[in-house]
Amino acid sequence: MIRAEGIYKSFSDLEVLKGIDFTFEAGKTNLIIGKSGAGKTVLLKILVGLLEATEGHVWYDDRDLCKMSKNALLDLRMEVGMLFQGNALFDSMTVEENIMFPMDMFTNRTYKEKLDQVNFCLERVSMEGINNKYPSEISGGMQKRVGIARAIVLNPRYLFADEPNSGLDPKTAIKIDELLLDITKDKNITTIINTHDMNSVMEIGENICLLHEGRLAWQGHKDEVLESTNETLHDFIFASPFLQRLKDRALSNTPNS
Amino acid sequence: MYYKETVRQMHSIGVGSLMIIFVVSFFIGAVTAVQFIYQLDGTFIPRYYIGYIVRDMSIIELAATFSSIILAGKVGSNIASEIGGMRQKEHIDAMEIMGVNTASYLVLPKIIAALIVIPLLISVAAIISIGGGYIATLYSGSFSSEEFIQGLRSFFEPYNVMMMYIKAVVFAYILTSIACYQGYFVKGGSIELGQASTRAVVYGIIVILIADYIIAVLLTG
Ligand SMILES: Nc1ncnc2c1ncn2[C@@H]1O[C@H](COP(=O)(O)OP(=O)(O)OP(=O)(O)O)[C@@H](O)[C@H]1O
Ligand SMILES: [Mg+2]
Repeated sequence: MIRAEGIYKSFSDLEVLKGIDFTFEAGKTNLIIGKSGAGKTVLLKILVGLLEATEGHVWYDDRDLCKMSKNALLDLRMEVGMLFQGNALFDSMTVEENIMFPMDMFTNRTYKEKLDQVNFCLERVSMEGINNKYPSEISGGMQKRVGIARAIVLNPRYLFADEPNSGLDPKTAIKIDELLLDITKDKNITTIINTHDMNSVMEIGENICLLHEGRLAWQGHKDEVLESTNETLHDFIFASPFLQRLKDRALSNTPNS
Repeated sequence: MYYKETVRQMHSIGVGSLMIIFVVSFFIGAVTAVQFIYQLDGTFIPRYYIGYIVRDMSIIELAATFSSIILAGKVGSNIASEIGGMRQKEHIDAMEIMGVNTASYLVLPKIIAALIVIPLLISVAAIISIGGGYIATLYSGSFSSEEFIQGLRSFFEPYNVMMMYIKAVVFAYILTSIACYQGYFVKGGSIELGQASTRAVVYGIIVILIADYIIAVLLTG
């Protein structure tokens, strides 16, 4: 469980987040959604501690991120995996070296043990056999998967993904979503995903946090989206006329209307 | 981990810059010789001074300063854009998440590599520069090899060589640390990256020249 408590964040005179309170639950896929520029990435980076909030606290279960000592923070880092918006795979390293990197940093395992774990993770993301390729030699979707493999290599308790399926075709995008959902259920971890992809919201939105103008505009489960009367949510979800029509159709087909 | 990265940096700074240092030093030495021959004409300065002047000019000033200015351009812009690119592509954030102290992991190997390799490059530069002076002197037709070599062996001050190495170390530190700083704190996109790498070069050169003056005042006073 990760809890954001009264998070404010400004960059010089630009107020990006204006008091966010939200609990990201363990064993669920928690989604942060919102328009481009709503502050999703900023919130995610505050949650992992890459950015410092102007005000507020972030709790990892009972640990306060802002009050952690250097060593405690390093221990926490071992339990955190993150997929970045642009993958952030190191281009001077092969896929294998990229996935090994966290193990090199945090563990004293032998090469053989590390290799087994790398292969296990690659299999998990259906990318076996690309160990010796460089990131520039594989496609964007493959890079995403390798990024996920790197994020889960240490069996994290907390998994962060910044737009895991942006720029992917719908099929691959759904596969990535399913993968994230699987991993979450498998190990009962706290997964936080930034997205503005409607499919993801409706497929894996178990605990949704909608950001709008720096505030929490709506929260809930994907099944509550259709029934909700929240305007910001509707503006956001049914932005396209196509979806708008689909929704009207769906509502008029329900038996008691 | 640091070791591997340091070796990679040494290779990139050293081998990557050898050629340009060769060419530039050769001509700097040659030009020094030609200019001195021109000024020597019709004076009562002993002719063998040619070797002495080329040697000391190279060791005291030209090798260290010229090489460092060139390296500030080549290595400085390279470092700034490498680190800046990593910042922009979130590589630095990714490393932080994986428990790397990025400030030291990215900066330290580069500074250590520079502190080892740049003095070596500058030694090479001094030798090549003297060689360039020698060849230019012979080529001028009015001097003999003996005259140049006699000058080369006169009034030798080991202290000057030490001064060269002090400069080499100080300049190496200046140019890498400025470049790392510019890269590490870059924001925005490719335009800012370009500006940061230009700043790395310009600030690097200016600070090197100021440091050159200060060292000259301190060490020759
Ligand atoms: N380092 C920074 N310095 C100044 N402003 C920033 C910085 N990072 C983000 N911002 C601003 O914060 C706002 C939110 O940015 P953020 O990247 O969180 O958006 P986002 O919701 O992730 O958008 P997208 O869906 O496009 O990724 C933007 O207006 C951006 O300009
Ligand atoms: Mg974003």
